[in-house]
Amino acid sequence: MAPKQKTRNPELIPGVRKVSRSKMYHKRGLWAIKAKNGGKFPVHAKQEAAAVVEEKKPKFYPADDIKKPLSNKRKPKPTKLRASVTPGTVLIILTGRFKGKRVVFLKQLTSGLLLITGPYKVNGVPLRRVNQAYVIGTSTKVDISGVDVSKFDDKYFGKQVEKKKKKGETEFFEADKQEKNTLPAEKKDDQKAVDAPLLKALESVPDLKAYLGARFSLKAGMKPHELVF
Amino acid sequence: MPFKRFVEIGRVALVNYGEDYGKLVVIVDVIDQNRALVDSPDMVRSQMNFKRLSLTDIKIDIKRVPKKKALVAAMEAADVKGKWEKSSWGRKLIVQKRRASLNDFDRFKLMIAKIKKAGVVRQELAKLKKEIAS
Repeated sequence: MAPKQKTRNPELIPGVRKVSRSKMYHKRGLWAIKAKNGGKFPVHAKQEAAAVVEEKKPKFYPADDIKKPLSNKRKPKPTKLRASVTPGTVLIILTGRFKGKRVVFLKQLTSGLLLITGPYKVNGVPLRRVNQAYVIGTSTKVDISGVDVSKFDDKYFGKQVEKKKKKGETEFFEADKQEKNTLPAEKKDDQKAVDAPLLKALESVPDLKAYLGARFSLKAGMKPHELVF
Repeated sequence: MPFKRFVEIGRVALVNYGEDYGKLVVIVDVIDQNRALVDSPDMVRSQMNFKRLSLTDIKIDIKRVPKKKALVAAMEAADVKGKWEKSSWGRKLIVQKRRASLNDFDRFKLMIAKIKKAGVVRQELAKLKKEIAS
């Protein structure tokens, strides 16, 4: 830090300074500057005022003043992840059809949702998105260094847009329905590709596969606020 | 039923309420009918109400209000920590702490182990029953 500047004219009481106006003139050395410049205090040359351009007045004004909304440059960020939720952590899902299932967390998508997988062979949970709020992060970690999740994003999980069919007979509808119910083979392959290295990592820790296959439930005497996850 | 654990200088007690909950302390002096001066190697010497102390069986040999160094030396000589951890009360507390710190995966492994053990015991019992029946 710079040393405290010495004030030439301290304030003794609010409103009363130590040195008088004439003494201050002498103290500041204004007499010496004047002497150096031949009796006059040096002044900057006056700047020419910029020429004012007269804007042409528009011919038509709108009848009412329309208020312009304020500009908003905010860019939403993905939700902040809890410290307990890191890639490779085993999570316990709390709601939905997979409630109680223990699942491996892969990465956070740009929407803020968490990308998880069972793995499918172990507990039937496929590659899926889940909200951080409905999840408990345990302290058990799985090694996911061998898994490549770069191709998954929110669009992958979006609802497939169906082409609008013109109003047809009921027979048409039945035929269409049967086509759409099965998962496309591509998604099944993606699941297998993600799960293969994961299963290998699971085998290396004893009981971990059985752990992921079992559901979590509160038993008698378990107090969630006292449990260490 | 005579009393066996007395409040005396050198009595080791367990703190059962307050900031120092769970610590083993030594009664170093008695202030009045309700309070004692207690000290421990890892805390500043302070007063404590007897209601906050649970007396243990362990007693060490010290003079009234010893210096910290003398207290620590006496505790080492009497091996307070070792005696405590061997006593059934001390062992119970250690087990409680361990159970409370179990992680979700640990609890799962514990459940599997209990089931396996019960299975083995049941098998042996079935064998013995068969022998008796035959």
